[in-house]
Amino acid sequence: MLSNIALGRFYPGNSFVHRLDPRVKIVLVVVLLVTVFFSNNYLAFFTNLAAIFIFMVFAKISFKNYFKNMKVILFIVLFTSVLNIFYAKGPLLFKIGPVAITKCGLDNSIFVAFRLLTLILISSLLTFTTSPTDLTDALERILKPLSVFKIKTHELAMMMSIALRFIPTLLEETDKIIDAQKARGADMESGNALKRIKALVPILVPLLVASFRRAFDLAMAMECRCYNGGDGRTKMKVLHICSNDVLAISAVVTIFLLVLWSNFWVLAVHL
Amino acid sequence: MAQIEVKDLTYVYSAGAGEPRCALNRINLSIEKGEFIGLVGHTGSGKSTFAKQLNALLKPTSGNVLWDGVDIWQNSRSNPEFAREVRFKVGLVFQYPEYQLFEDTVYNDIAFGPKNMGLSDSDVKEKVLAACNFVNLDLNLLQKSPFDLSGGEKRKVAIAGVLSMDPEVLVLDEPTVGLDPCSREALLEQLYQYHKEKDKTIVLISHRMEDIAKYSDRVIVLSDGNLVMFDSARHVFGCDKILNDVGLKAPQICSIMAKLKAGAIPSLNDKVLTVDDAVTELLKFV
Repeated sequence: MLSNIALGRFYPGNSFVHRLDPRVKIVLVVVLLVTVFFSNNYLAFFTNLAAIFIFMVFAKISFKNYFKNMKVILFIVLFTSVLNIFYAKGPLLFKIGPVAITKCGLDNSIFVAFRLLTLILISSLLTFTTSPTDLTDALERILKPLSVFKIKTHELAMMMSIALRFIPTLLEETDKIIDAQKARGADMESGNALKRIKALVPILVPLLVASFRRAFDLAMAMECRCYNGGDGRTKMKVLHICSNDVLAISAVVTIFLLVLWSNFWVLAVHL
Repeated sequence: MAQIEVKDLTYVYSAGAGEPRCALNRINLSIEKGEFIGLVGHTGSGKSTFAKQLNALLKPTSGNVLWDGVDIWQNSRSNPEFAREVRFKVGLVFQYPEYQLFEDTVYNDIAFGPKNMGLSDSDVKEKVLAACNFVNLDLNLLQKSPFDLSGGEKRKVAIAGVLSMDPEVLVLDEPTVGLDPCSREALLEQLYQYHKEKDKTIVLISHRMEDIAKYSDRVIVLSDGNLVMFDSARHVFGCDKILNDVGLKAPQICSIMAKLKAGAIPSLNDKVLTVDDAVTELLKFV
């Protein structure tokens, strides 16, 4: 039941996108996200969407999985974009009773929906094609300059990778506990809101106890293998930037420039 | 009429990224009231999935599970409560059941099931005390927090939490895993008493063939989701070859007796299941 959630899941593969350096991928994802926020006209959005689509094709992962992720935030998207329709000034397009629809409002609502959905697509692209270990490894490297400020980047990255690693385990555990309590007649599907919240107690308490138990076990196992943080630790996988990465970087930079240019162009047309 | 009847039961796991996996493949069997059934199979053979089917926790992909002749998923749309009622009739004790404890006191935790059945407070109390009695739980523990107990005591509390619903059928998924030998024997002995005294059906899942051989009337052997055998314990544990093929082994005493018969004592009756029976047979030759 819960294991159907695709958010943050990794799909192993050997595609062009899979083989990119994870550091490059993280930076490119950030650039793409910034690009999405810079986009304020339809031309820019189509450029973005086309770019993401090409990357999705190159990642060779079933498009179904992306849609699964989009479904999760569909409610938020609908909610915000509907709200946006009403909160804009400008020339009136048409009127339904007391509700005035403006062109600006309609544009805004489409842009918001577009942005949220592309954000999900871009971040799915990253998590689908990068294993959690690679991801945290890369993050550690990217954050390394922060160690000047006495921030323990290795420990941060380790905490993140542990958190990511235990998401599926916790989901599985939750399924098991739900089954066990259902077997004792727990009713989670009916009743009012308060009753339903109360019905979560038999699940949350054992789950919390289990995660503490797991944390203790894990800490013990790490100590047994002489883990003592990042000092003097070498990498098993040393990351290299190769020609594919350069290709991807230039593609993303081109998209970024294109979007910027389209913004100026639209501005110029309006003036 | 059989108490539980399973017809062409198939269950396919399809969640997740991987290929759909067939956990149960066209299983047909029926269990009579008051039987003690052993359920064995290698790891991943579908034992736990089968247990969840009996308890209406999983819906079959195809096929039916019948309780007293009525399909438990029949009218599941119009009458969703029916599956829940089946769960009160078929008590399921999961692996490591102590991980499901959550209440502030042991009493409240054992009372969770009966309370969900909608019983009155006095009835709940009666059921809780009876359940404690059956698992031989010290009544002084009832007001303690379940998290302060030892592992063995927690296990007892968790099993009492299912027994307190007074189910007609009790399905236990490896209830003795992680217990010391004395606690294991005591727990199984208590379950056997419960089975005998109240004429309750028990389905015991275990990897310990000795325990299965000692208590079961009939044994179900599963392998890769297929029903390999469903016969009397004596017959099943006589089929060494089939058991080996599916990654199982007959109890040690069976092999010893078979070897004695093959070597030293040709006229020995080697169809025994427990050490006590073996001693009786061997004494005939002393």
